[in-house]
Amino acid sequence: MINILGKRYYFFLLSLLIIVPGMITLGIWRLPLAIDFTGGSFLEFKFNNRQPPPPAEIVLLFNDLGIRDAQVVTTEQQTIIAKSSFLDETSQAKLLKSMEETFQDSITVLRFDSVGPTIGQQVTQRAVIALAIAALAVILYITFAFRGVEHAFRYGLCAIIAMIHDVAVVISIVAIGGRFFGWQFDSLTLTALLTVIGFSVQDKIVVFDRIRENSAFLKRLPFETLVNHSIVQTLQRSINTQLMTVEFMLLALALFGGVTLREFSTILLIGLFMGTYSSIFIAAPILVVWENREWEKWFKPRASKEAA
Amino acid sequence: MTRNMILSLVAIFIILALSIYLVLPTTTSFLGRPIVTKLGLDLVGGQQVVLQVDLPENAVPDRDLLVKASQIVENRVNGLGVAEAVVQLAGNRYINVELPAVKDVTESIDTLKQTGVLEFVDMSHLSDEEAFALIDQTIRTDLEETLGSETTSPITTTGVVTETVFHTIMTGAMLESVETTTNQLGEPVVSFRLTPEGTKIFAEHTRQHQGKILAIVLDKKVISTPRIREPIETGEGVIEGNFTLESANALTVQLRYGSLPVPLKVAETRTIGPTLGEDSLRKSLVAGAIGFTIVILFMILYYRLPGVVAISAILTYALITFAIFRTIPVTLTLPGIAGFLLSTGSALDANILIFERFKEELRSGRPLGLAVDIGWKRAWPSIRDSNIATILTSLILFWFGSTFGATIVKGFSLTLLIGVLVSLFSAIVVTRTFLNLVFLYFQPSNYAKWFGL
Repeated sequence: MINILGKRYYFFLLSLLIIVPGMITLGIWRLPLAIDFTGGSFLEFKFNNRQPPPPAEIVLLFNDLGIRDAQVVTTEQQTIIAKSSFLDETSQAKLLKSMEETFQDSITVLRFDSVGPTIGQQVTQRAVIALAIAALAVILYITFAFRGVEHAFRYGLCAIIAMIHDVAVVISIVAIGGRFFGWQFDSLTLTALLTVIGFSVQDKIVVFDRIRENSAFLKRLPFETLVNHSIVQTLQRSINTQLMTVEFMLLALALFGGVTLREFSTILLIGLFMGTYSSIFIAAPILVVWENREWEKWFKPRASKEAA
Repeated sequence: MTRNMILSLVAIFIILALSIYLVLPTTTSFLGRPIVTKLGLDLVGGQQVVLQVDLPENAVPDRDLLVKASQIVENRVNGLGVAEAVVQLAGNRYINVELPAVKDVTESIDTLKQTGVLEFVDMSHLSDEEAFALIDQTIRTDLEETLGSETTSPITTTGVVTETVFHTIMTGAMLESVETTTNQLGEPVVSFRLTPEGTKIFAEHTRQHQGKILAIVLDKKVISTPRIREPIETGEGVIEGNFTLESANALTVQLRYGSLPVPLKVAETRTIGPTLGEDSLRKSLVAGAIGFTIVILFMILYYRLPGVVAISAILTYALITFAIFRTIPVTLTLPGIAGFLLSTGSALDANILIFERFKEELRSGRPLGLAVDIGWKRAWPSIRDSNIATILTSLILFWFGSTFGATIVKGFSLTLLIGVLVSLFSAIVVTRTFLNLVFLYFQPSNYAKWFGL
């Protein structure tokens, strides 16, 4: 039988290799929050007849109207994306009108979002609260569902730790993507993140369920062997479910879905992969680390660590 | 065939037949309920406006006033003639308005936000009783302008009780300030002060119509019918009328802010052009079809006979879910479709869990029928517990989405929730019954060929 748990510290190290650079990026450049959370406006439009003018000219027009923080880029599809501070409906109309006048062409608005600063902040705050409540509910439920096995509470907590690991990986990737590819954390990203959380927990429960079942009749085995056994038994299902079905669907979304969905599904793709990965390589190993109280040996001489 | 199995089959058949009927595009109503496929703004284009109560952060607006405000907004939206517009309260500070396929964005927002038209209307020729009977009724006045240019629609839709066209003396624009005070007897009254221009008009009118009724009318709806006791020359007056403190306050608020009982401001606007919407819809459908084809191929190649069963179970699941979407109806947005696809993943996971256990049982030498039963029973706790966790999460997300007008999160969690519930049904009933049914008539002995063992 494959010994997955024996290499657990390598897997921990691998995760840190993604999370640490991500957190450093986050610390230096912050999370690239979209207007959904910071407030501001997002306008995507195109000119019906002419080529898009240089972005600098459009920024100038924003400035002339007294609109702050304008950033303008043109896309491959010849559309123009302009971000700026929050615009009320009158300024929106004024902006579009003077855009048509200045550049002598009618325009088609593809998307025009404007979010007030307070609503964005509140959404962020409540999202964090909603997440905390969800995590707590999951811990309580798992503790209840696993009440038949020893240390039921550990299962809930380990599931949440692994889930936080998945969130950290996703956020790291958004942060790195934001730094190098201009990704933004918007409410769709938030939705993706929430899905990752839901599915991460779902997957952990399936793997833990096998441990629960096996511990009933494999009591005499050492805990580490028992857990490893359970992981291997559920391995085929883990691979099939996550990597084949969910990932197939999302891959199709990522490749063929509209631009709106591409970033969303890419993040989901990575996140759901992590959801499966962390059940096997993070959640279950932490359970073993906890059972063996391995941290007591971490700072002892090397020889004892090799044995672990 | 056992009794249970027959019962399950009949149940599946009825539900399936009903679902197919509901999913048919020709079905537009069922038992008096409209049946529609509702597509969200991101798929058809349109505008979402979130109105926020414009009060200090710590002031909690009264729930009743907020409900009233959202009803008024809804009336105005209907006045705009937008098909399938949605107006709903979100939490205790927000009103979410969705206007599909609206072209002129600015005009529609203006209409929503305006404080409404307050009029002082001459009802000199009416008796107390006649005037009192008009309270809360919609009337006509000779003031032409009501809601933008759409003068007639709000009036005709709500029903006019009398054909009389009343004369408007002045509008709420002439009010400078309004507050609730008490008179000498300690009864609550509403006192007001007029602008200089209003003072002039009001003085003249009250001199000529002393003892007559002067009605206060909001958006053509009579809200109060006080009598002119004495001429008001100073531009300062009181409205007395057996008020309780509450009703006096309500009138004050109405006079101050117009027909909206709470002041509203635009907190968020989102406009999606129709081309972007169509494009997203088409691409997502293509993506979904490709994803689903790959899944079908994989399930059949890997699990063989049970794979075919799984696909029929998944199709049943998809039909039922879509029928529910059309019946509630659930507005399908891009995140909503994503939520649906993910619950499809969850439904597939349930099947995979059952089949992996089934194969384990076969490997350990159990006969087919027993292997199905034991495999299902072993897989069940993990299906149950993992799905309950997802249900919990989606409930919390749904709460989050509805409280904050975060329609993205709400749409996503609702389809996920419905999908997961149906997928549980499909795992508990459909897969198991179908498997049993197949093995009742066909018991292959070549496991490698039929089960990919």
